[in-house]
Amino acid sequence: MTDTTKSKPKAPEGIGGGSWREALRVPALAVLTGLILGAIAIVASGSNVFAAYGALFVGSFGDPVRFFNGFQQLFTTGETAGLLRAIYPFTESLVTATPYIFAGLSVALGFRCGLFNIGAEGQFFIGALCSAFVGYSIKGLPAIIHLPLAVLAGAAGGALWGMIPGYLKARFGAHEVVNTIMMNWIAFKLSDWLLNGPMKASGFRPVTPNVEHTAELPRFFPDPIRLNWGFILALVVAYALYWFLFKTTLGFEIRSVGANPDAAKYAGMNIVRNFVLVMAMAGGLAGMAGAAQVLGVDHWVGQGFSAGYGFDAIALALLGKSHPAGVVFAALLFGFLRSGATRMQSIAGVPIDIISIIQGLVIIFIAAPDIIRWLYRLKSVKVEQTVLTRGWGS
Amino acid sequence: MTSSVTSINPAQARRTRIAYGIVLLAVGLFIYLIFGLSTQTGLQTTYGINLVGSRAVSVPDLVVPTQLTINLMAGIAVFVGAFQLARGVKSTGALVGVIALTFVVAFLTWAAQGKSFNLTGMISSSLVRATPIALAALCGVISERSAVINIGIEGIMLIAAQAAVVAASISNNLYIGLIVALLAGGLIAAAHAYLVIRFKVDQVVSGVAINIFGAGLTSFLSSRFLEKNTDVLNNSGVFPTISIPILDRIPILGPMFFENNIIIYLMMILVVVMHITLFYTPWGLRTRAVGEHPKAADTLGINVYWVRYVNVILGGMIAGLGGAYFTIGSVGRFDEIMTAGKGFIGLAAMIFGKWTPIGAFASSLIFGFADSLQVKLQILRVPIPSEFLLMAPYIVTMIILTGVVGRAIPPAADGQPYEK
Repeated sequence: MTDTTKSKPKAPEGIGGGSWREALRVPALAVLTGLILGAIAIVASGSNVFAAYGALFVGSFGDPVRFFNGFQQLFTTGETAGLLRAIYPFTESLVTATPYIFAGLSVALGFRCGLFNIGAEGQFFIGALCSAFVGYSIKGLPAIIHLPLAVLAGAAGGALWGMIPGYLKARFGAHEVVNTIMMNWIAFKLSDWLLNGPMKASGFRPVTPNVEHTAELPRFFPDPIRLNWGFILALVVAYALYWFLFKTTLGFEIRSVGANPDAAKYAGMNIVRNFVLVMAMAGGLAGMAGAAQVLGVDHWVGQGFSAGYGFDAIALALLGKSHPAGVVFAALLFGFLRSGATRMQSIAGVPIDIISIIQGLVIIFIAAPDIIRWLYRLKSVKVEQTVLTRGWGS
Repeated sequence: MTSSVTSINPAQARRTRIAYGIVLLAVGLFIYLIFGLSTQTGLQTTYGINLVGSRAVSVPDLVVPTQLTINLMAGIAVFVGAFQLARGVKSTGALVGVIALTFVVAFLTWAAQGKSFNLTGMISSSLVRATPIALAALCGVISERSAVINIGIEGIMLIAAQAAVVAASISNNLYIGLIVALLAGGLIAAAHAYLVIRFKVDQVVSGVAINIFGAGLTSFLSSRFLEKNTDVLNNSGVFPTISIPILDRIPILGPMFFENNIIIYLMMILVVVMHITLFYTPWGLRTRAVGEHPKAADTLGINVYWVRYVNVILGGMIAGLGGAYFTIGSVGRFDEIMTAGKGFIGLAAMIFGKWTPIGAFASSLIFGFADSLQVKLQILRVPIPSEFLLMAPYIVTMIILTGVVGRAIPPAADGQPYEK
C-alpha cells in the first residue's frame, strides 16, 4: 500500500478494501441509476415523474413546509402537535426499515458463511407467530420480563426454522437453497392453519389476538407515530453482529468457512457445527424481524404478514455487501423507498411495484460494478470481492 | 466438503442398510396401526378408472376391500424391511419405491374407504400440475449443464406469462402469444447470460435480481394497464385440448398422456429431445464438457462463452413456455405473482433429478402428484386439516432431498464464471 492510499479514511473490516469513498461510490451511483431508469418507466407508463418522485420524497422524509410550520409553532406557542405531524413520514420510514435491518442481517450472516438463506420469509413469519403467542397468551407478567420473553420467543422460533435446513445441509448435504424455500411454504401453510384454528382471535378474521400491553415494544411518541424501541434494538443487534463476525474467534471461523471451506476444514474448523450455528443465528435474526414487527408495530399477526421480506432481505444483504453497517444503510434506503412509495401510489397513481423494479435494477448494478464504472467513466479499481454465494453449496 | 460425505466406508454402508430396514418396518407398522386398525371390516374402496368426457375405452372400476388392502400393504413393507435387515437390497431406488408405494396406496385406500375415488383423474391432473414445474426444471438442466445457474426462472416465467396473455389478447391469436412468451423468456435469459458471462456477476445474485424485477414489472404493468383494460389486454382464452387418435382410447394412459393441450405435449417432447441432445449429440457433449471442465473444453477448441449463451437463452425460452402455460395454457388471464413458487420447485426437481432431463421430469411428476393428491383429499373430506395436506409436496421434497437422493452432485463448474 502506498502512502497516498494510507492517508485516506479506511473502510471498516470486511467491506472489501479501499476507502470509504470507494466503498460508497458504486452503491450510490447504482441507486441513482436505478431511480433514473425508474423515472423512465414512470414516464413511459404515462404518469408525471416529478409528481411521482415528489410524492416519494414527501412520503419518505416529510414535507419541508410542514417542518418549517411545525418548528414555528413550537417556538411561538410551545405546541408540538404540528412538528409531530411533520416528522410522521420520516418515523414511518424508520419503522419500515426496522424489520429490514434484522432480515437483511440474517441473509448477510448466511452469505458470510457461504450459505444462502432464502428462508428469511418463513423464519420471519414463524418468529412473529411465536412472539405473538407469548405476547397474548401469558397474562399478568411485568413488562420487564414479558417483553424480553416475547422477543426471545420470536428469535427462538426463527432459529428453529433456520436450524432445520442448516442441520440437513451439514449432516446430509441437502441444498439449503431448496430446503429453505420448502420451509417457507411449510411456514405459510402452518400459519394458515394456526391463524384459522388454534391461534385465531374471536371474530371472523383469521388473525391472532392482540398482544398484552406488557409485551409491546414501547413507542417514543404519542399515536399515530409508531417508531419504537425495535429500531434501537435493530441497531444494537447490527453492531453486535459486526463485533461477533469481526472481533471474535467464532466469527473468524465462520468467515473462514465462507471464504474457503476446504482450507477451514484443513485448519481444524468444524464445518458442520458452523453451518448449523450460522443457520440457527440467521433464522433467529429473521425471527427477531418478525418479533419487532408484531411487538412494535402491528401487535397482531394476520395472513401474508411476512410478504416479500425474504426477497427484500436478499437484496439488502447484497446491497450492504454482507456487512452489518452496509445492511443497516441498505435497510434505511429500502425503508424510505417503500414507505414513500405508499404515498406515491395514492397521490401520483404510480403503482407501488415500481419500487421492486428499481430494487431489481439496483441489485444488478451493485453486483456488476463494471456497468456503473462504464456508465460514469469511473477509473477501474481493484476491489477485493466478498464471496457471496457458492452456487448449490457443494 | 463433498469428499467428507460422499466417501462411503463399510460401517457407514451397514448403518444405511439397517436404517432403511428400520424405516420400512416402521412404515409397515404405521400403516397397520393407524390405517388398518381404524377401518371397519367389510368396507370397500372404489377406484374410478373412467373419466367423464374422456374418449378412453370404458373399463370397470377397481373395487378393493379396504382393510385387506391396507394390511397387505403393511405386510409388504414389513416383509421387504425384514429382508433388507437380513440380506440387504442392492437398489436404494427400489426401497424408496416400496416405501412410497405402500404408504400412498394404503393412505388412499384408507382415505377413500366406503367411497369412490377417481384414480385416472388424479393421475392425469398430476401431469397437468407437473407441467410448469417440469419446464422450469428443464430450463435449469439445460443452463446448468453449461455451468450457468439460473435461479431467476420464477421471474422469467412471470414475465413470459404476462407477455403471452397480452400478445394473445391483442392479436387474438394464441400462437402469437406463445411465440411472444418464448421471445420474452429468451430475452430475459439473454440479459442474465450477458451479466454473468460478460460482467461475471454472481449468478445467484443476478437470478435473484431477475425474480425481484420480474415480480415488480409484471405487478406494475398489471395494476397500471391490465386491470383497467381486462377485455382488451388480459383475456386470451386457452389452448384447446388436442386428442391423439387411437392412443387416447387407452384406459388411464389415454386421458393422462394423449388428451392434453399443446404446451403439455411440447413439454413431453422437450424431455425426450433434450435427453437425446444432451447425451447423444456433439452439442450435448460440448455442453457437458463446458459444464464440467471449461478449461479443457476451451483447449479443445470449444467456444465456452458461445455454448453458455446458447444454452442459457434456450433455457430461458423453455421457461418462457412454462410461463405461457400459466396464462394461455390454463386460465387465459394473468394474475399477480401467479407462478407461486413453481420456478423454485422446478429447481428442486432439477436437483432431485440429478441434472438430467428425464430425472427432472420424473421428479416433477412426484410434485405434481403430491399437488393433485392434496386437492383430491380435500374433496374426500379426510379428517386432516387441509393446510397439512398442502404442506405435503414441500415436506416430500425435503425428505427425499435429505435421505433418499443424498448428495446430488451438480456439474463441476456450476456457478463459476469462466476466464480465458
